[in-house]
Amino acid sequence: MDAELLSQVLFAAIKTGTPLLLIALGEVICEKSGVLNLGQEGMMLMGAVVGFLAAYSSGSVGLGVIGAIIIGMFMSLIFAFLVLHLGANQVATGLALTIFGTGLSAFVGSGVVGQTVQGFQPLIIPVLSDIPFIGHILFTHDLLVYLSFVLAALVSYVATKTRIGLIIKAVGENPHAANAIGIKVLRVRYCAVMFGGAMAGLSGAYMSLVYTPMWIENMTSGRGWIALALVVFASWRVGRIMLGAYLFGLASIMHLVLQGMGWNISPNLLAMLPYVATVVVMVIISADHFKEKLLAPRSLGKPFDPRQMA
Amino acid sequence: MKLKSLLLGLGLVAGISAAQAEDPFKVGFVYVGPVGDHGWSYEHNRGREELEKHFEGKVTTSYVENVAEGADAERVITQLAKSGNDLIFTTSFGYMNPTLKVAKRFPKTTFEHATGYKRSKNLGTYALRTYEGRYVSGIAAGMMTKTNKVGYIGSFPIPEVFRDINSAYMAAKTVNPNVEFKIVWVNSWYDPGKETDAANALMDQGVDVLLQHTDSPAPLIAAEKRGMRAVGQASDMSHFAPEAHIFSVRDDWAPYYIKTTEAVINGTYEPADFWGGFKDDMLSIASINENLPADVKAKIKVTYDDIRSGKISPFTGPITNNEGKVVVEAGHTLTDTELAQVNWYVEGITDAIPH
Repeated sequence: MDAELLSQVLFAAIKTGTPLLLIALGEVICEKSGVLNLGQEGMMLMGAVVGFLAAYSSGSVGLGVIGAIIIGMFMSLIFAFLVLHLGANQVATGLALTIFGTGLSAFVGSGVVGQTVQGFQPLIIPVLSDIPFIGHILFTHDLLVYLSFVLAALVSYVATKTRIGLIIKAVGENPHAANAIGIKVLRVRYCAVMFGGAMAGLSGAYMSLVYTPMWIENMTSGRGWIALALVVFASWRVGRIMLGAYLFGLASIMHLVLQGMGWNISPNLLAMLPYVATVVVMVIISADHFKEKLLAPRSLGKPFDPRQMA
Repeated sequence: MKLKSLLLGLGLVAGISAAQAEDPFKVGFVYVGPVGDHGWSYEHNRGREELEKHFEGKVTTSYVENVAEGADAERVITQLAKSGNDLIFTTSFGYMNPTLKVAKRFPKTTFEHATGYKRSKNLGTYALRTYEGRYVSGIAAGMMTKTNKVGYIGSFPIPEVFRDINSAYMAAKTVNPNVEFKIVWVNSWYDPGKETDAANALMDQGVDVLLQHTDSPAPLIAAEKRGMRAVGQASDMSHFAPEAHIFSVRDDWAPYYIKTTEAVINGTYEPADFWGGFKDDMLSIASINENLPADVKAKIKVTYDDIRSGKISPFTGPITNNEGKVVVEAGHTLTDTELAQVNWYVEGITDAIPH
């Protein structure tokens, strides 16, 4: 594999990893606050379809992105109300949200299947893009990819270096203690869940406006689930999430690259890898004794009722 | 008041019996993709609309789109048969076994399965000579490529796809002896995301002309973005890629749907294996791009005419496969049955048939 091809492949890995990164950044904040939202896939699909519809009818991709973020937040608000207010089971509610989002997005988008929009154009950053090798890989993307770099830095900073980050962590580790020192646990969790929704919506918009500028039922093809696994893989650390997202991105295009090079490996086998990893991690999330070792937020998935004491 | 409702009631009864007397002939369709795919399913649906228009009022049609190949298909086909359809078209290769099974259970219903090879008393098959369109695509690709690398995005490793790859490759070879084909399988008929990834992976490796045996316009859109060329599949995809688009090989199922429906209504239907191509106007070359060099445009038209008139027949021997075995004897032209069973790559393709 020569340098040119390698840089093309890494460029594509970043492009493929970006939707995973975006959605995982939202989910990590959500989980740090102690809420496990398995509805990522559903929120992402709704983001994709609404983003596409908004961009298609208005002719503006910017409006599409905003529409996608709003619908993502709205979807997560439904989830938040059910699990935070009514104390519904987080796993079951999250699954329901995914099923709901999958069906609703197919219904809403049936009229625009096969249409296309003028998506985001690549924005080549002068000077930086001229750096040999790395320049092409990092600085010849479109606006949303750069936005994902900025958001990753921002989420990392907020989560580790600020008071807000500490509050989110306190709420996720020990909500009763946090409550005792006067933190409004449910309010913090609402905000965290809605941030997750916004990011899922944005990630969906990336799919339908940048990645493949069209809408098709189920177009996220399991990326919401992969992102959930990614957060666990990265043990809730943003730097590792970023790396993991690009690795997953690489894994999912590698089988196509290798086929083009004439390698005779079963494409099905390679295409399966990201999903196999996801299943393994999903099993791990659901087993309590693993969570400790992975540094999971201690109250992840547990409802909090301020009227009850620990 | 009472009289009025009584009259209304009578009117309704009369209306119903009138409808029963005419009892339109019902035709059902099963599609593998969404009707908006602007490819395979879109064209089948256009055929269905033409059919309804042709028989105005005498034939009603219904369809189910996005039906996965497999267990789901059997349920959908059964449902269509149960709800009184007289004729059912199942329009993807993977519906073969489900269609056969359901056809056995509903002997009074007529079934027609596209691109398959299993038939029975009430089940016929029909296919397009897509390899004819693919031959013309190969000619254009061979002439247009500057890197001598043509990318081919395959759906599933099945005979129909192997056959078309061979046809395109043999054609490209006649105009460009140095041409090389890179083949990538995406294991889906319609997955714009994967098709985009595949198109990009191919272009990253020096491919500058893309051919596809998948149904979405995604590869064309990807080619347009990077200033490469591509051929549209199944329907006219020119508007997705005004610059990149070479031409589209367009399917037209209407003539067959009309003919078959007529035969079933008249009681003259016999299950058979029908293949339609350029000659039957079921396949055409649509929207040849104005921006092509004149010699390419001319060659495309000549090749089309030659296939239509029978002067060129892509699968006439001698043909050797890429393992060195003669697969078509000199002088022999593959029969339709043999065409449906191609499981080899022609000499010169460097890939191996995937298992």
